[in-house]
Amino acid sequence: MTVTAKTVLSEHTRSEIDRWLKKYPEDNKQSAVLAALREAQHQNEGYLTTALMDAVAEYLGMSNIAVYEVASFYSMFETKPVGRHSISVCTNISCLLMGADDIVDRLEKKLGIKTGDTTADGKFYIKREEECLAACCGGPMMMIDHKYYENLTPDKMDEILDNLD
Amino acid sequence: MSDEQITIEVDGQSLKANKGQMLIEVTDANNIHVPRFCYHKKLTVAANCRMCLVEVEKMPKPLPACATPVMDGMKVKTRSAIAVDAQKSIMEFLLINHPLDCPICDQGGECELQDMAMGYGGDVSRYQEKKRVVKDKNIGPLIQTDLTRCIHCTRCVRFGEEVAGLREIGATGRGENMEIGTYIEKSVRSEMSGNIIDLCPVGALTSKPFRYTARTWELIQKEGIAPHDSVGSNIHLHIKGDRVKRVVPASNEAINEVWLSDRDRFSYEGIYSDDRLQVPMIKTEGVWKELDWETALTFAKDRLSDIIAAHGAEQIGFLAAPSATTEELYLLQKFARGLGTDNIDGRLRQVDFSDQDSVPQFPWLGKSIAGIETVQSAFLIGSHVRKEQPIINHRLRKAALKGAAIMLLNPIAYDYNYPIAEKRIVAPGQMAMELAAVLKVLLASSTQSIDDQIQQCINNATVSDAHKKIAKRLLEADNAIILLGNIATAHPQFSSLRALAGLLAKYSHAQFGYLSEAANSAGVWLAGAVPHRTAGGKKNSQTGMDANKMLQAKLRAYMLMGVEPELDCWDSRAARTAMQEAELVIALTAYRSDEIENYADVMLPISVFAETAGTYINNEGNSQSFTGVVPPLGEARPAWKILRVLGNMFELNGFDYQSVEQVYNEVRQQIGDIKTDNMDRWQLPATIESNATGLQRITEIPMNMIDPLCRRATALQQTKDVADGAVHINATLAANNKLDNADNAEVMQDEKSVIMKVIIDDRVPDNCVLIQSAHPAQIDLGAAFGLIKIAKA
Repeated sequence: MTVTAKTVLSEHTRSEIDRWLKKYPEDNKQSAVLAALREAQHQNEGYLTTALMDAVAEYLGMSNIAVYEVASFYSMFETKPVGRHSISVCTNISCLLMGADDIVDRLEKKLGIKTGDTTADGKFYIKREEECLAACCGGPMMMIDHKYYENLTPDKMDEILDNLD
Repeated sequence: MSDEQITIEVDGQSLKANKGQMLIEVTDANNIHVPRFCYHKKLTVAANCRMCLVEVEKMPKPLPACATPVMDGMKVKTRSAIAVDAQKSIMEFLLINHPLDCPICDQGGECELQDMAMGYGGDVSRYQEKKRVVKDKNIGPLIQTDLTRCIHCTRCVRFGEEVAGLREIGATGRGENMEIGTYIEKSVRSEMSGNIIDLCPVGALTSKPFRYTARTWELIQKEGIAPHDSVGSNIHLHIKGDRVKRVVPASNEAINEVWLSDRDRFSYEGIYSDDRLQVPMIKTEGVWKELDWETALTFAKDRLSDIIAAHGAEQIGFLAAPSATTEELYLLQKFARGLGTDNIDGRLRQVDFSDQDSVPQFPWLGKSIAGIETVQSAFLIGSHVRKEQPIINHRLRKAALKGAAIMLLNPIAYDYNYPIAEKRIVAPGQMAMELAAVLKVLLASSTQSIDDQIQQCINNATVSDAHKKIAKRLLEADNAIILLGNIATAHPQFSSLRALAGLLAKYSHAQFGYLSEAANSAGVWLAGAVPHRTAGGKKNSQTGMDANKMLQAKLRAYMLMGVEPELDCWDSRAARTAMQEAELVIALTAYRSDEIENYADVMLPISVFAETAGTYINNEGNSQSFTGVVPPLGEARPAWKILRVLGNMFELNGFDYQSVEQVYNEVRQQIGDIKTDNMDRWQLPATIESNATGLQRITEIPMNMIDPLCRRATALQQTKDVADGAVHINATLAANNKLDNADNAEVMQDEKSVIMKVIIDDRVPDNCVLIQSAHPAQIDLGAAFGLIKIAKA
C-alpha cells in the first residue's frame, strides 16, 4: 500500500512544511527536508517512524531512502521512540575541565539509566554526551529539549530535572 | 569539459588533455595507474575514498585525481613520496574496519581492496581497537551482502540513482555508524541490479547464486553473447572445469557499455536445471525409453517418413525458438524445405501475419543501439522496454535525462525510471485508433496531398490534446524515433499498428524501428525461418503456414526446436491441443518437462546457451558469433549437428557440413547485405476499427519467463519478474464484479474457464484484464489477446 502524505502528516505539519517550501525554489522541494522532518517529529512525540519519513518523501517528491539518509544522519532526529525530555550533557574540553563528568554520573544515577536510554516511565531520555554546544563560557552545561542550562552543579541539575513536568 | 586542448605533465611525461577533464580520466587514457575505489567512469564523481590522491605542483596538499580538473601546464606526480605517502595513509584508514576474512570472501582474488592492499598496505596493522561490525541485509535473491566489508565508496548508491534510476540503496547513519543499505528490509527491484556486484570494489556485494561455489582464480574467462533480449549484450562466462559458474558483462560501448541486465547475468543457472534432458529418448506405448543417438534418429526419421508418405510433408509443422542460433534456424528451414514443406516459423508470439509479404527484411531497431541515446523524442508503441530490453531502456533513459521527450502508447501503465512526456494507456482494441488520431494531427499540418486510403484510416479518429502534444513533440524533434515493442508485435492488429506507426514516422520525419523480443528475432527472418521467405528475406515461391496457423490447423506432425509450445506460443491452448492431438511430435529440446513428455514421441537432447557455437544477429543487424565454452551436458548435441545428421539421413542435398563456420558462411552468403530499412515496408489496412465491446485480455510475458532457459534459472525465478498465475484487474472492474484482492475468480475465454486469484492492479485500464503468460495456470485460456469474461468463483 502506498502511504499518502495527507493521512500520515497532520494538517498542522503540512501547513508548516508549506510555509518552509515557500522559502525555496519550486523545483527544489527537497531543500525543505530538514524542516519537514522536524515538524513530522514534533507531531509524533519526538521521534520519526518509517511511515512519517515515507510521507515526507512523498510530500517533497524525494525517494524514501533519501529521507532515511537525512533522518539517520542528523542527531536531532530520532528514529526510535524516546522519552519526553531529551537531555544532552556536553563533555567536551571546557565543560570537562569544569566537572562535566560529575554531572553525567549524577544524571545517570538519578535517573537509573545509562546514556542513550530512556527511563521506564518514558519521561527522560539521556541522548548523548555532546561535543561542545558552543556555550563554553557557561560550562559545564547541558541541553534539555533545545534549551541550554549553564554553570551546572550536580545539585543544580537535580533541581532543574525535578522542575520538569 | 571544453574541446580546448591543453598540455599537462604527469610523472615527467607530457600529455594532451581537454581542458576541464578530470585528472584521473587523463591518466587512465594514458595508462598511468592511479589507485581508486569510488571513482568509476560511468558514475558521477564522489571523491570520498581519497585513494587517488596525487601530488600536484604548487598545491599545498595532495589532490584527489578523480575530482581535480586539469589545467594547462599542470605538473602532477602520481608516484612521488608525497603521493605514495598519502595513498598509503588512506589505505591504512580503509583497512581499519575491514575484516580479515579474505579466505572465505567470494571477492578474494578479484578484489580491488586486496590488490591495493598488496601495493599500498602495511604489513602490520597499527589499529588495536575493536573493528566495527555491520549486520547483513537481505536485498533479494540475486545479491549477497556482507556489509562489514563495505568501504563506503557509494558506487552502488550512485548506480541506483544515476543508472538504474531507482534510488533504493542509500547510506544511512553517519561517521562510524554509516551503513549502506535500504534502511527498511526489502529487495532491490531494478532489472539491472546485478551490476552493483561488479561495481563493488570489495566483497560487500557479491553474487548470491555464485556464492561459495568457486574461487575466482580457478575460473577461466570465455567470451559470449547474452541469449535473451535482442540487444546481444557482450558477456564473459566464467568456467570452472566444464561448468559455467557465472556470467559478467564484457565491455562494448556500442552495445551494452559495461552493463548487463539481471536476466542475462543469472540465466546460466538454467543450464544445470534438474530436468535437463541428457540422452535421446523415444516413447513407445506411453513409456519413455533412453536410447543411443543412432537408434533415436533412425526412429525419428522413420516416423517422419511415414507421415510424409501417408499425408505429405505439408502435414509437418516446424517451430523454432527465436533464441536459437542463426545456423540452427537456417538448417531447420533448409531441412523443412528439403522435406517439401514451408511450414516453418520462429515468430511464436505473433498472430497477425496479414502483411508479412510487405514487411522489412528483418525487424530493425531503426537506429544503432548507441544512437538511441541521442534522440530528442521517442514514441514507444506497445512496449515494456524497461523489462523487455533493459539495455535499450537505459539508452532511452539517458536521452530522457538529457531532455528528450519519451512518449508511450501501452495497454498497461508500466512504471518507468525516467520522466515520460506523454502517455496514453488504452485497451488493446483502442491502440490503433490512438495512432490514427496522432496521424490525423500530423496530416492536418502537412502540406502534402493525402492518399485516399490513408484518409480512410484516420476518418473515424477523434483527436484530443494528448494526441496533439505527441504529434508536436515528434515534429519538433530533429532526431525522433518511433518504436514498436513486444506487445505491439503480439497484438491482433499488429499490421495496422505497423502501418500507422510507419506513417507517423514518415510524416513526422522520425525514424521507425522495432524492439524485437528475443536474442535472435532478427536471425529468424534473416535465416529464412519464416514460411514466406528464404534466407536473406528473399521471397519464397510458395508460402507455408505461419506459427499460429500451424497450431490452429492441428497438423499430423510437429518438429520443435528449443520450444515449449504451451508456454512460448501466442495461443497456449491451441499449442497444447495441437501437440496432444498430433500423431508425431519430435522435440529437439534441452529439457524434459511434464508437458513435453506428455505429447512428444521423440526427445532429442540439444545443447543450450554456452554449450553451442553459433551466431546471433541483434536488433541493429549486428552479427555476433560465439563459441561453445563448455561441453554439452550428458549426450546432448548442438541442434545444428542433429539437423545435419537428419538431413543426411533423408539424403537431402547440402547437409555435409564439417563445422558450424561452414554453415555460417553459407547463411552469410545467402543473406548478402543486411538491409536496414523499415520505411514504407507496411500494408495499409482498409479501415481502422476500435473494438470497445466486452472485456479485453492483455497478456504480458514477465521478464524472467521469456524462454526455457530463464524459466529454469532458480534465482531469477525468485524475483518479482515472473508470472504470478493471477488475473489482474483494476479497482473499478473488481467492484463491478464484487471481487477483492486474493479472491478466486472464474476467468473464461472461448468457452474454457480456469480459476485464478485476483490481484487488484490499477495499471490495468478499464474493461481490461491482464494475465501473465508462460504460467501453467493460464494455458487453458488460450489466445494472448481477445475477449474474456470474469466472475466471482
